[in-house]
Amino acid sequence: MASSAPKSQPSFLTRTWDYLTETQIWKSIFRHGMPATNRNRVLVVMTNVFLHLHPVKIRKSGIRLKFTWCMGGLTFFLFLVETFTGLLLMFYYRPTEAYAYMDIIDLAEQVPLGVMREIHRWGAHAMVITVWLHMFRVFMTGSYKPPREFNWNVGVILLVLTLLLSFTGYLLPWDQLAIWAITVGSNMARATPLLGHEGPGAQLLVLGDVKLVHAGSDARFALLGGRFVGGAALLRFYVLHCVGIPLVAGILMAVHFWRVRKDGGISGPL
Amino acid sequence: MAEEKTGPEEARAPEGGGPASSEAKPAVAIAPAPAAAAPVAPAPVPVAAAPVAPVAAAPAAVAVAPAAAPVGSPPMTPVTPDGPAPAALPLGRSNTIGPGVKASLEKKTAGDEERGLSRRSFMKWSLPIGWTAFSAAVASSLVASTRFLFPNVLFEPPQSFKAGFPAEYNVGEVDTRWKDAFGVWIVREPEGFYALIAVCTHLGCSPNWLAAENKFKCPCHGSGFYRTGINFEGPAPRPLERARIVLADDGQILVDKSVKFQQEKGEWDKAEAFLKA
Repeated sequence: MASSAPKSQPSFLTRTWDYLTETQIWKSIFRHGMPATNRNRVLVVMTNVFLHLHPVKIRKSGIRLKFTWCMGGLTFFLFLVETFTGLLLMFYYRPTEAYAYMDIIDLAEQVPLGVMREIHRWGAHAMVITVWLHMFRVFMTGSYKPPREFNWNVGVILLVLTLLLSFTGYLLPWDQLAIWAITVGSNMARATPLLGHEGPGAQLLVLGDVKLVHAGSDARFALLGGRFVGGAALLRFYVLHCVGIPLVAGILMAVHFWRVRKDGGISGPL
Repeated sequence: MAEEKTGPEEARAPEGGGPASSEAKPAVAIAPAPAAAAPVAPAPVPVAAAPVAPVAAAPAAVAVAPAAAPVGSPPMTPVTPDGPAPAALPLGRSNTIGPGVKASLEKKTAGDEERGLSRRSFMKWSLPIGWTAFSAAVASSLVASTRFLFPNVLFEPPQSFKAGFPAEYNVGEVDTRWKDAFGVWIVREPEGFYALIAVCTHLGCSPNWLAAENKFKCPCHGSGFYRTGINFEGPAPRPLERARIVLADDGQILVDKSVKFQQEKGEWDKAEAFLKA
């Protein structure tokens, strides 16, 4: 493909390249040749499970930084950073009362690249900031209006999940700050209507003299696995932080990106 | 081909071998539309009347089992071919019925209908039953998953504990020996004892007893309480709570945190909120 002159022998690299791109392995992975034509570009996007969430074509304005601030993209990028660094941290961290605090210390002082936990921590702070800015941008550009109102709601849920990821991760260092911050934060669940033992309506849920909603059966108890922030709470928050919430958030993110495409593309007028 | 399409159902198989020519088969299988209008219309009526059919056939059976054969329990005896013939026609799924098909259909309807197993009645009952069962399964697994979050055994300190003998406490002191284990201060006044629960009424942190300043102070947001438990500074909205304090049978002090007394409700005057020395 490099040499158009008929006489010259194709170079070794050219021949190797031609051989490689003809193999079954190559052709089973890259099915549509180089995306040099419009048709091939479309096919490349449409037949890729990751790319197909995105539109085949976008407006020029859609990639202008001024328009989107790239805040949604940055939030997603930070989610990937958190997933990757979090996965690495999980190889060392044990979510029990006996080990949790010392494992965090070890992650900083004994494990190679002790900055890993700091990246995870700062990435989390940055993600909360970018997700708020993303919401602010969507609001300012009016991108919550029909037909995008469904995706606005998906985004609101994702915002809450981001905050819950931050909240559950806050307990894992298992120091005084973490324990008392979660004590204070989870005490709000006491006041949940009907489901919290100090919330409105909870005193109505009685069977004779037996209170159905008390400190050992309310929403806060289900969250902490006990009456105070202890080992059970640490384990529950760990599972929610590492598996539960990321799983739900990941599914909703796929929906979120797909809806962006289906509702008229990124950030343009309809 | 047509036979394969119609599948294993016996009623259809004779169609191929029956008098209908092989050219007629596709017309039956693929395009019943032109002539369909006529049979389709009467279909609902005889189906509704289908339970009646055995009754109509009853006279034939009467000879065998006289008179009052209850309608509720249709006879299991095979029905004579001329009996349910009218019912068979509308039930038939094709509009060209040769003698062989007719016979097989009659046979089928007779058996199925007597057991209430027509496709229509099967769907009529299986759909609601199926959805009910499915909903019940989903609902019960939701309940089970929720219940799973509430353990039967808690590895927490018990709500009530014995705090030693009254003589072990010095008059005028706030005793902090049970604070770490059970979250309770026992205050010894000249007249007796009371037990303060070491949970700040602001947001639930644990205050500290500062003997030099003669007050409880919460490190989280700075709430302060007198030794009685009354709040006087910081964001705490109400006094500390007191726990039930009594003498056990062996003469030790028994503190029970599951019974709480709140000052703002006037409960500190109750008998078990204060243990007289």
